[in-house]
Amino acid sequence: MVLVTYDVNTETPEGRKRLRRVAAECVNYGQRVQNSVFECLVDPAQFIKLKHALCGIIDQDKDSLRFYYLGKNWKNRVEHFGAKGGYDPEGLLVA
Amino acid sequence: MRKLLNTLYVTTPDAFLTRERENVVVRVDNEERFRIPIHNLEGIVCFGYMGTSPQLMRLCADNNVGLSFLTPSGKFLARVSGRVRGNVLLRRAQYRKADNREESLEIAKAFITAKIVNCRTVLGRGIRDHRDIIDCDRVRAVDALLIENLLKIEDSDSADALRGIEGNCAKFYFITLDELILKQKDEFYLRERSRRPPLDNMNALLSFLYTLLAHDVESALETVGLDPYVGFFHTDRPGRPGLALDMMEELRPFMADRLALNLVNMKQIGSGDFYRKENGGVILTDGGRKAVIGAWQKRKQDTISHPYLNEKIPIGLLPYVQAMLMARFLRRDIDGYPPFFMN
Repeated sequence: MVLVTYDVNTETPEGRKRLRRVAAECVNYGQRVQNSVFECLVDPAQFIKLKHALCGIIDQDKDSLRFYYLGKNWKNRVEHFGAKGGYDPEGLLVA
Repeated sequence: MRKLLNTLYVTTPDAFLTRERENVVVRVDNEERFRIPIHNLEGIVCFGYMGTSPQLMRLCADNNVGLSFLTPSGKFLARVSGRVRGNVLLRRAQYRKADNREESLEIAKAFITAKIVNCRTVLGRGIRDHRDIIDCDRVRAVDALLIENLLKIEDSDSADALRGIEGNCAKFYFITLDELILKQKDEFYLRERSRRPPLDNMNALLSFLYTLLAHDVESALETVGLDPYVGFFHTDRPGRPGLALDMMEELRPFMADRLALNLVNMKQIGSGDFYRKENGGVILTDGGRKAVIGAWQKRKQDTISHPYLNEKIPIGLLPYVQAMLMARFLRRDIDGYPPFFMN
């Protein structure tokens, strides 16, 4: 499990475009838990693809990107309070 | 070993599944209810009539994600298998074996041997754990009968003879499972196996679990590149996944029967979770279905040590492992198909 967070400078139209693209790419791999925060359950190969894609989108001078590696026992390392709890990708999925 | 991924169960009757880039999106009345990346999924089981978009079907086919459609009551309707993929040489090897009566019979014997041995293990565990409450003599008598039939398997010289042995064992095994139902005996019992439709709670529960298992086995066979429709024991019939049914034989006692008994004995399911239709058939209610799916998914995450591979795997990967071993056998990497014996 990897936590992806980002800050994309949105002062310019290009910046807003980058923000949308970063978000869209993250949605491909994980669950949006807060506005610029995604939880992605990925294997190492998928993670490399995700990282590569995101690094290709952002502007290194203006934006920032952070990955937190939560590992296999990620459930013990995450606590949630408040609204929008999200789903557990390893738990029971019934829609 | 490959990682066991999750299965998405869509139980809302009016749900429609669509694709949005790499996501599976569940919509109800055009409103988004759920979204998950496809690479977190092993399969999708859909209980409803609205269906999915062709784009999502393609996404599933490309990612080797099994996609099955069931009626709300759990009756199997169809599955999406996408373009024929996998190794044509492997499939040809499968067809050649299936066309060869002697070789098919050998494989069928392996399936049925494992099935009966696994049935015995279920009964044996019942005796071991509850010798004071159950009628051990009755269970032991059936066990002896199963042993007797096991010995006959080796000498049976035709698929029909084998079918006779299998049918005989199944009949007695089923009614003996009744002894192993310890709680709620007024509402849950096994007098005989009934299906299409199941006529009592226990039969309905078993039928539903078998449907879930069938989805997993068929997906597993497709994943390794085998044709689920060409079996060695079950004869070809349009729309009947013969090989999947073959492979289910050995897995049923361990993956489904025992879970059904546990659900009843632990009172995780009650008679309120079933209802009777006008035609006399009994089916699970929405709540009941959810409870069973929950237990099934949980059970699949328990790990066992696979006796042949000597490796710890989640139970949910068993169909995949057996499919892989079948593929190895058909490719002549191993001399015989090693069926699964539970311990």
